[in-house]
Amino acid sequence: ACSKRGGAVPAGKSGIAPWIPVVGLEIHAQISSNSKLFSGSQVQFAAPPNSLVSFFDASLPGTLPVLNRRCVEAAVMTGLALNCSINKKSLFDRKHYFYADLPAGYQITQQRVPIAVNGSLSYSLCIDNKMSQMVTKTVRIKQIQLEQDSGKSLHDDTRCQTLVDLNRAGVGLMEVVMEPDMCCGEEAAAAVRELQLILQTLGSSQAVMAEGQLRVDANVSVHHPGEPYGVRTEVKNINSIRFLAKAVDYEIERQIEELENGGTILNETRAFDSKLGCTVPMRDKEGKQDYRFMPEPNLPPLILYDTKSLPANMNHQQVINIDWIQERLPDLPSVKREKLVEQYGILPEHSFTLLNEDGLAEFFESVVKQTQMKPKKVIGWILNDLLSYLKQHSLTVKESPVSPFLLADLLNLLEKKEISSTAAKQVLAELWKGEGKTPLEIVKEQKLELLWDQKELEQICQAVIDGQENE
Amino acid sequence: AALKDGLRSQVSAALKEGRVTPTELCQRCLALIKSTKFLNAYITVAEETALKQAEESEERYKRGQPLGILDGIPIAVKDNFNTAGIETTCASNMLKGYVSPYNATVVQKLLDHGAVLLGKTNLDEFAMGSGSTDGAFGPVRNPWSYSKQYKEKSVPKSHSKDEESEWVITGGSSGGSAAAVSSFTCFAALGSDTGGSTRNPAAHCGVVGLKPTYGLISRHGLIPLVNSMDVPGILTRCVDDAAVLLGSLAGHDPKDSTTIQDDFKPFELPNLTDVSKLSIGIPKEYHAPGLSSEILALWSKAADLFKNAGAKVVEVSLPHTRYSIVCYHVLCTAEVASNMARFDGLEYGHRSDVRDSTESMYAATRREGFNDVVRGRILSGNYFLLKQNYEKYFVKAQKVRRLIANDFGKVFRSGVDVLLTPTTLSDAAPYTEFIQEDNRTRSAQDDILTQAANMAGLPAINVPTALSERGLPIGLQFIGRSFQEKQLLTVAKWFEKQVQFPVIQLEEVKRHDSGVFQHQKSASFS
Repeated sequence: ACSKRGGAVPAGKSGIAPWIPVVGLEIHAQISSNSKLFSGSQVQFAAPPNSLVSFFDASLPGTLPVLNRRCVEAAVMTGLALNCSINKKSLFDRKHYFYADLPAGYQITQQRVPIAVNGSLSYSLCIDNKMSQMVTKTVRIKQIQLEQDSGKSLHDDTRCQTLVDLNRAGVGLMEVVMEPDMCCGEEAAAAVRELQLILQTLGSSQAVMAEGQLRVDANVSVHHPGEPYGVRTEVKNINSIRFLAKAVDYEIERQIEELENGGTILNETRAFDSKLGCTVPMRDKEGKQDYRFMPEPNLPPLILYDTKSLPANMNHQQVINIDWIQERLPDLPSVKREKLVEQYGILPEHSFTLLNEDGLAEFFESVVKQTQMKPKKVIGWILNDLLSYLKQHSLTVKESPVSPFLLADLLNLLEKKEISSTAAKQVLAELWKGEGKTPLEIVKEQKLELLWDQKELEQICQAVIDGQENE
Repeated sequence: AALKDGLRSQVSAALKEGRVTPTELCQRCLALIKSTKFLNAYITVAEETALKQAEESEERYKRGQPLGILDGIPIAVKDNFNTAGIETTCASNMLKGYVSPYNATVVQKLLDHGAVLLGKTNLDEFAMGSGSTDGAFGPVRNPWSYSKQYKEKSVPKSHSKDEESEWVITGGSSGGSAAAVSSFTCFAALGSDTGGSTRNPAAHCGVVGLKPTYGLISRHGLIPLVNSMDVPGILTRCVDDAAVLLGSLAGHDPKDSTTIQDDFKPFELPNLTDVSKLSIGIPKEYHAPGLSSEILALWSKAADLFKNAGAKVVEVSLPHTRYSIVCYHVLCTAEVASNMARFDGLEYGHRSDVRDSTESMYAATRREGFNDVVRGRILSGNYFLLKQNYEKYFVKAQKVRRLIANDFGKVFRSGVDVLLTPTTLSDAAPYTEFIQEDNRTRSAQDDILTQAANMAGLPAINVPTALSERGLPIGLQFIGRSFQEKQLLTVAKWFEKQVQFPVIQLEEVKRHDSGVFQHQKSASFS
């Protein structure tokens, strides 16, 4: 793995020159839309097999693609959020290969001129696993292209047959290509995590990896400083961000070991085996495939406009105005974080954690609104107590038995010095049970009130001392 | 009403006035189809559904609410258009038995206008060919082979050879549709035109064949050969009828992203009398090698006809014409290779019994399902699309295509309204002679005069002009400006009136068409 943020891995066992790992990513994000990229059939996860297949999706002869406006908007939004240049004219192409889940024998994609190019993505990492020191890195975005998803094929070895489900065939994808600016699994994971947050904020993709809405392929190679890049391998079949980091790091180590033992790296595709924690060569992909790219003749060039170039008499339903979309972009995660830091005086690393957990930032802000406790103190309760409890019990913020109202209520008691912080933690533990009691009720029940009356305190102390004497 | 009547002038009126009913019309056509079965023009005859449609049409006429001129009119459709519930085969083993769940847009439009769909017509497999001889259901015979005009002129052969073997081809690939219209089994038919596939058989069968501007009529549901050149074609017995069909078919289709957005207004053709404002261009490159002296003479005569009537007739040049065949070959095969990739036996169509692996199933399915012509084009196309060849062939061909289109643009900008050219190099060849050369060679030869219009996306029409020395039809072609079908058809109609192409004299038709007035006889052009 990367060490010291320098990017180079120290010398291997044989003590030769350090290795520089190079990691690039190809990310496929399923577009969040009602219907598919070129046809009107519905987009839905886990529907009965072949229940969402239009004539076009099944490649019935004579059917033609019709471009889905929403998918184009999603791609433009994403391109703008990633600081890309949006190509006002982009083209569609056919990429040919034969496979059971590709009914037409070709995929419609954008190989020659994609919809967006030359962007960048900033992401942050913590050094040495502590949340105290964060460093910001940038990865260049080569391009974003619109393309069709394929169907799914399930191999049934017992009956020697392949089952094909075309529900997913034709769903819109945005392929985001990240240049090889990363150097280890952690960087790759952080970059993808940030992309995921951006996509979710935009709404252009729900980007849930577990549901196949975000798929990542990693391109990995190693070389010595000053030498040309090494042969790269492509690692596929990565099902979570955690596994992404593992897969990349494993592959880097594997390549280093191979090369140091005098071997060579094959330009091949490998699959990540999550059970074994290693990459293995993939059976089907042998040699370089010639996809015989050809322009898609049934789709005219995609023309996008901005306010300057928008013709006066255009039917608004037929055009997309890039400036209009730009103006309506929501605050991206980086902006949101800045605002949180500025508004509430919390630390940058706090803002990362808040945004990293779905709903946590909203929870925090809601509590802050309802309590007199300063945000700088509230944040501790959110990140340490609430979050760790949720993690322990594998709950999402939405599923929290303690609502912002309840927590705010509790924190107010603490702030008013009606209870001690130790007592507060005790109350919180009780609140987790979700029995519907208010913090005040619990305090009274367990007699956790702080006493401020001097006389009362003296009486209690005296009673204790007296009690001691009797023993 | 006579089966030979024009739609607008006579049949429609007859239907409206009740002199003939849609059912009668339909029955007569169906009977004629049966008695001309030897032409092999139809792959599927949809008798039941046709009669039902005729019945429904009759109801509408009774209520005095016909849907329009096409209501109750029997139509045939080339078998590469999707027709819901009726087999669509493309004359290929790959789609034998394939029943599509949807109608092509043009088919739907015809049905919405009340037309009666008689059946699906024969073609070269997947529309690849210029003879309608290379389909899985056998070749189509030109009705003129059995005409009095041809039989009178044909040199008597030795007794052992019967007339069977001397039948001539229809041309292609929309031969079935052309034969169907020519033999009066329907009033109009849909064809397709990629390199001349509507105009070529129209010329050989003595009917009007219209290739509209690319983007005017929807291709949704037309099983594609070359997506960037295909258009649905219209075959009728007179130019007015072609205008009627065009009016019901043209216009933007949201399902076809290559159709233009502009509104289309159906038009009636004026009866042009004054051609003095017209400028006719004669492209010298269309005096192609192999052009028969007969057709050359006819072409010249036609030019004179315009000149004598006061039109401006000028020689023009389309310098890149001679590259169009090679260019077409590259682009066509490349698109074919791509379009045919979907035929893998998985979702529909033929599937081989070979099951060892998916790949072997694909390979066997495609070997069994496609004929040599299709497979040959797929292989060529894939070759041109290989990464190392793409620039050299495909991109180069696209550039040459641009040059060919520019040639036309230049000529039309110089003031020429319409171009006049031959449609074919000669009249229809006997089948036995035609099959001496392979499909590729024939296509390369026969497409030369029609192909460039597809490259440039321009509208073009074949108008039957005169009979050859062998008693077979010869047609001439008019090529117009983009989306100027009205002007093109107006000129074509004027020319049609001047030449008075003779009516085919078929025994079978005489028998079925008893007792009513015939289309007026007129002096033949030559």
